[in-house]
Amino acid sequence: MSLASVMAPVPVPTPSPGRVAPPVPRADPSPALREEPRVAKMVVEDLSAWYGRRKVLHGVSLPFVKDAVTAIIGPSGCGKSTLIRCLNRMHEIQPGAAQSGRVLLDGRDIHGGHLDPIELRRRVGMVFQKPNPFPTMSVRDNVLAGWRLTGTRPKDPDAVVEDALRRAALWVEVKDRLKAPGGSLSGGQAQRLCIARALAVAPEVLLMDEPCSALDPIATARIEELIHELAPTVTIVIVTHNMQQAARVSAYTAFLYMGELVEFAETAGLFTRPADPRTEDYITGRFG
Amino acid sequence: MGRRSSSSPSDAAFHATLVLAGLGVATVLAGVAWEVLDLAGPAMQKGGLSFLTGTTWDPVAGEFGALPALYGTLLTSAIALLVAVPLGIGSAVFLSEIASSRVAAVAGVLVDLLAAIPSVIYGLWGLFVLAPLLRQHVQPAVQSVLGDVPLFAGPPLGVGYGTAGLLLAIMVIPVVTSVSREVLKAVPDTQREAACALGATPFEVIRGTVFPYARSGLVGAVVLGLGRALGETMAVTMVIGNRYEISASLFAPGYTLAAVIANEFAEAFSPEYLSALGGLAVVLLGSTLVLNAAARLLVRGVRHGGG
Ligand SMILES: Nc1ncnc2c1ncn2[C@@H]1O[C@H](COP(=O)(O)OP(=O)(O)OP(=O)(O)O)[C@@H](O)[C@H]1O
Ligand SMILES: [Mg+2]
Repeated sequence: MSLASVMAPVPVPTPSPGRVAPPVPRADPSPALREEPRVAKMVVEDLSAWYGRRKVLHGVSLPFVKDAVTAIIGPSGCGKSTLIRCLNRMHEIQPGAAQSGRVLLDGRDIHGGHLDPIELRRRVGMVFQKPNPFPTMSVRDNVLAGWRLTGTRPKDPDAVVEDALRRAALWVEVKDRLKAPGGSLSGGQAQRLCIARALAVAPEVLLMDEPCSALDPIATARIEELIHELAPTVTIVIVTHNMQQAARVSAYTAFLYMGELVEFAETAGLFTRPADPRTEDYITGRFG
Repeated sequence: MGRRSSSSPSDAAFHATLVLAGLGVATVLAGVAWEVLDLAGPAMQKGGLSFLTGTTWDPVAGEFGALPALYGTLLTSAIALLVAVPLGIGSAVFLSEIASSRVAAVAGVLVDLLAAIPSVIYGLWGLFVLAPLLRQHVQPAVQSVLGDVPLFAGPPLGVGYGTAGLLLAIMVIPVVTSVSREVLKAVPDTQREAACALGATPFEVIRGTVFPYARSGLVGAVVLGLGRALGETMAVTMVIGNRYEISASLFAPGYTLAAVIANEFAEAFSPEYLSALGGLAVVLLGSTLVLNAAARLLVRGVRHGGG
């Protein structure tokens, strides 16, 4: 997907309740855009989340457009990780964690009986904030971990490994040491290995929690390229502290502040004409 | 200011203290080994390899063979580990991965208490509960089902390898559980999360991520359990029957290295006799070291095999 098409004004799909800013061109969408409606792959409705008695998300509602990139920005501790962990039900496995509200995948509640969390997590992949490769598994087995752990195997494992590692910009560095333990990689390499691991199972949605915070500029650029490559077929949610990165890779941006969704809009609009003064303060670096 | 301040006086003192402590441990170990070897010297010189392979123990005739006691030690320890390792690691997995934190806390305290019970208490329990149970119920039942197999043959005595092995298992389980539990707790949650987010079931998370990560620590737990089983003296002496023989039957009475040493040391009437007991001690020490090393090599082998 070219940068121009990412930046092109498109209407935001679901009219989101609450404090979500109305997307700019929604009043009168052009006929061309009406022909190709953007559907929401996932929708969060009035989502609140707790750790013990501490409420860290306050009624967040927003859509994640199918096959587009949505960036989540906000100061440290505002609940970005918590929000995306609710999307693949990783939040609720922590002791003391609770949540209310709804999360929809393809229009259906992920807590509904039709989808168990195991199946959900195969369709909604995740790259964590801190690299967490499996140190005792080889690099190759790390990439195949999604299969190996569940006792299945792809048709052509070598092809899967190479493809995933190439896309994660790691192939050149590790192609001669696929048998080396996953624990022997550097921090940045480990994170790219985790990205490869998530890609190898071909998820429909990819949640990336600050995937580039441990990477050098070259690897970061490569991951951003990867995001562009994936965007036509994969719904991507990326948490980032880097405004430029959000502007470069995403079609939509959500600004979260102290557990509340302050603003959600197309990226171009949010960065050029923020509707909320807090958003403006944040993106211009006045706090956060 | 030098950045590498290892030459500063306090650092040097610290370094020296550590070196001294390390040397101290090594000295004690060497001292123990030396004493035992010194004691055992005459017996091992006289008997040579036949001290290890001999099957008679006749202090009056001056004939000493260690094999029946070595056999008893290895057999009872093997039974103990066979029972205790799956149960101990299983309950550790339950406590650290499945049980609620309140259940885990209470059960954890109980397990640690079990590990702290003096072995003579276990011995009494073995004598008054376990042995009658085996004699009256288990052995007749096994023999009536399986018929006359050598492994389970013999009159119902209640004491023997099987009783000692099971009692050792009960003593070893808390050790294995307690250590394994700490080892499993040390596995970072990020590892579990990584596997969980890939769609692994709780069982797959444990098998595919937690166990491999904790593998060397779990082997450590087993080695510690083995150490306890090999060296346990009191409880075993009370339930093994103290007969210096090699028998194929698990229900037959036997002896172990540690039990022989403990029982006969006070009455060793000749230097030769005393030296033979020292020889048993060397064999016990040696088998502990060999099994320890074997377990460690096993872990390393598995690791290098790219498992
Ligand atoms: N496991 C936990 N237990 C208790 N509180 C938690 C836990 N994880 C996060 N929190 C709290 O919840 C709030 C939101 O955390 P979260 O990790 O979602 O923030 P974040 O926006 O991702 O921050 P960062 O940018 O630093 O990663 C924070 O105040 C944090 O202290
Ligand atoms: Mg975070």
